[in-house]
Amino acid sequence: MIEPGFNSENDNSQLQAAVVLEGISKLFGRFAALHDLTAILPAGRLYALLGENGAGKTTLLRIIAGLARPTQGTVRVLGCNVARNTSARIGYMAHATLLYDDLTARENLDYFVGLYSGQQRISSQESLEMVGLENVDPRRRISHYSQGMKQRLALARALVSSPDLLLLDEPFSNVDAKSISAMSSLLGELRDHGTTVVVITHQVEAVVGVADEWITMHAGTIVRRNKSLQGAGIPRRGEQ
Amino acid sequence: MSLARAVALHLRKDLRLEWRSKDAVNSMLFFTLLVVVVFAFAFDPLAEESRLIAGGIGWVALLFAAIVALNQSWARELRNGVLDALRLAPAPANALFLGKVIANFVFVAAIEALITPVFVVFYNLRIIGSGWQLILVAGLGTWALIVNGTFFAALSIRTRNRELMLPLILFPISLPALLAMVMATTNILTGERVPTDWIKLLAVYDVVFTAVSLLLFESILGAE
Repeated sequence: MIEPGFNSENDNSQLQAAVVLEGISKLFGRFAALHDLTAILPAGRLYALLGENGAGKTTLLRIIAGLARPTQGTVRVLGCNVARNTSARIGYMAHATLLYDDLTARENLDYFVGLYSGQQRISSQESLEMVGLENVDPRRRISHYSQGMKQRLALARALVSSPDLLLLDEPFSNVDAKSISAMSSLLGELRDHGTTVVVITHQVEAVVGVADEWITMHAGTIVRRNKSLQGAGIPRRGEQ
Repeated sequence: MSLARAVALHLRKDLRLEWRSKDAVNSMLFFTLLVVVVFAFAFDPLAEESRLIAGGIGWVALLFAAIVALNQSWARELRNGVLDALRLAPAPANALFLGKVIANFVFVAAIEALITPVFVVFYNLRIIGSGWQLILVAGLGTWALIVNGTFFAALSIRTRNRELMLPLILFPISLPALLAMVMATTNILTGERVPTDWIKLLAVYDVVFTAVSLLLFESILGAE
């Protein structure tokens, strides 16, 4: 169940753009991680971002989140150009857990809920329930969690701000099939309640039932956008 | 969100993490004990000599030991990429800085409290000047080291050799404070001079560097 706090009145936002990228390039030294990338992601949809390793998916997600700046181009997220103005409305889940190993799940989430004081947010209990971790021993530090449990907890942390835009980088890594199904349903519910979700994944089957659009990246740019998985495959080397 | 509430939140988290791991406190305690004992045996000073050199030995030992705590405090935020989550959170960036400064101050002050009796025994120390001034110098001096150290540790956090970078940046910047701390401590131990000017210098140093650090910290946190 999606708790109150997530956008429910979203008829208009469906028509608005959650993310507008214009001519984005990102250089690391001489290496171009992103190259002249332009895209508009309308709000209230679930996007599956595909691509081989090194295609620039994570860099793109970090730029949208405001954690990295593009070398060229402009980014507009949730109607704002300044990342600081929108960061509280973004939920971000990275490869790493973004959590403290020596704290328990509740302590971690309480800490992050506290940082969003005065903003739209949900309680740590609610976010634990959303990812199915509400019954885990409350004294157990997360260093003793399995990798899959850490992933679910990382998702719970990304949800505490009740985000309008949820950016997930490989959320299904090391997660068992049952939990993948539950996480996937949760993402679908969030989308249905108006949250824009961008998921980077190599496990396409995990989002087959919920993704509205499949975006394929190759060599730092978007090469395909499909409404269905068919034709959204990763291009071979040299193909664009 | 109020600054005080956010500072309290960060402080509580840092104290809790250190209480569980004891990484910084154990390393600092071991290091300062080692320096105090080794110097005491190496020089075997008389009571009169001790009063002249104890200030220097004590503060330099604490400065080196504090580097351990300072590096640890930011390394925690890098592990598992937590710093990215903190950068996205709407809480004031300065609250993170102040929370860390206060937490590091508590750790170093705890080491000072533990090491002082050992110091007194090994160096046959007896304060001739006024004891309350020594507490004031310890407080102001520790704050000077910690506020600068926390700031420069944040600055060097993403460099490859951050353990080396921090002392390279911190020590030259801390020299005026270190000089004031050593001179004030020696004056108090020997009772020869009133260390008011050195204490004033420390207070001014603290105010200036705390203000500058608070002004610049948000840009450092936001840097890629």
